[in-house]
Amino acid sequence: MSIMEYNGAAVVAMVGKNCVAIGADKRLGQQSLTVSTDFPKIFTMTDKTMIGLAGLATDVLTLRDQFRLKTKLYQLEENRVIEPQTFANMVSSTLYSKRFGPYFIEPVVAGLDKHDKPFICSMDTIGCINFAKDFVVAGTAGGNLYGMCESLWEPDLEPEDLFETVSQALLNAVDRNCLSGWGAVVHIITPDKVVTRSLKARMD
Amino acid sequence: MAARIDLPAGGFSFDLAKRNAALEAQGATAPKATKTGTTIVGLVFKDGIVLGADTRATEGPIVADKNCEKIHYIAPNIYCCGAGTAADTEFTTHMISSKMDLHRLTTGRDSRVVTAMTLLKQYLFRYQGHISAALVLGGFDVTGPHLYTIYPHGSTDKLPYVTMGSGSLAAMSVFEAGWSRDMERQAAIDLVKDAIEAGIFNDLGSGSNVDVCVIEKNHVDYLRNYARPNERAQKEQQYRFAPGTTAVLKASVRNLVDVVEGDAMDITS
Repeated sequence: MSIMEYNGAAVVAMVGKNCVAIGADKRLGQQSLTVSTDFPKIFTMTDKTMIGLAGLATDVLTLRDQFRLKTKLYQLEENRVIEPQTFANMVSSTLYSKRFGPYFIEPVVAGLDKHDKPFICSMDTIGCINFAKDFVVAGTAGGNLYGMCESLWEPDLEPEDLFETVSQALLNAVDRNCLSGWGAVVHIITPDKVVTRSLKARMD
Repeated sequence: MAARIDLPAGGFSFDLAKRNAALEAQGATAPKATKTGTTIVGLVFKDGIVLGADTRATEGPIVADKNCEKIHYIAPNIYCCGAGTAADTEFTTHMISSKMDLHRLTTGRDSRVVTAMTLLKQYLFRYQGHISAALVLGGFDVTGPHLYTIYPHGSTDKLPYVTMGSGSLAAMSVFEAGWSRDMERQAAIDLVKDAIEAGIFNDLGSGSNVDVCVIEKNHVDYLRNYARPNERAQKEQQYRFAPGTTAVLKASVRNLVDVVEGDAMDITS
């Protein structure tokens, strides 16, 4: 059994026209036993930057707190909000500092920078960044999500279209993955608002 | 009062090593890191060095990135191709690049390729091969063009044409057949392109596009995606979903701007 499959997770982020989407399932399991169906995996770091953490749940909580601390300290020291690009590099070096005893987390970062340009990226457990122009995935349903996104995604989707695309990619991916699913949440980040929606999903 | 927060000082932290070993002792397996599973090459030609790389990154059998950058910047006159664990090549070259920057500032001289090579091999040897970065280092300095390979354990070679990564055998077969001393610039670029394409098409760990970097005296050409032999076909139809397809249980909006109705226009004369 892989440590990455102990709790189960599915996280996806996509780029649209002047917007980004990030979504995740809600399940927390202990292998095949479902413990919770309301376990958040996406966290707000700044107004327009969010991070999704897929992997071992204990590390999800540890890193959520650590990244929140670091972004707040950055804001206090620099008197400005951290850019998603900068934030991603901070996450990357945090993970690489534990190169020989890693956190079991694959992070996904999504946000709009100061010019409201979309930014997404994903990382492996030791902080190797994958800058993508289209979509990134993570978690036990990662393989399924790659397949869904590769066929559903297209460039320059408007926020409402992007929501449908990312939601359908996520829901259909987790339906073919036992360890993730049991509800899902999708955030759409646009220059003037963040819309959060809980999706109706199969509960089996 | 000083903050009661201790952020790590730098360097590797082994805090979680014991926990992870305990988890593994209970039968759990550690995850795979992203590999570059690569074809990287370099050769010496008449006026300098040509470096080449493919652009595929893999996680086991999954293609994680279809167009990643494997030719890393070290100094204005030195570049380095990386194969192996992607995070290791990325962070190792970035750290050495910073050290070269500081070295240039203290000495006031342009960087030399041997300096970068020595820093890299000493760093990699210190970690006894656990940092799996296999590198092709090339540059043009005051003593002329230089090309090195650096292995994860810290050994180095200085050769006129080199290949590394999982596609190194395919690429070397092209070099052995085509390389000659004092090649012209375009012939050298073409040979590097052919060598990388041999890796792209014959090695499963390599794929997508060809990146090329030409380093000559006082001049560098970084030719990102010099060849794109695997262009994706245009989608003929689209999978758009009608708004409302996805059933939503709960929605909330966080406004980032305040929309305030302005005062009525002043129309008094």
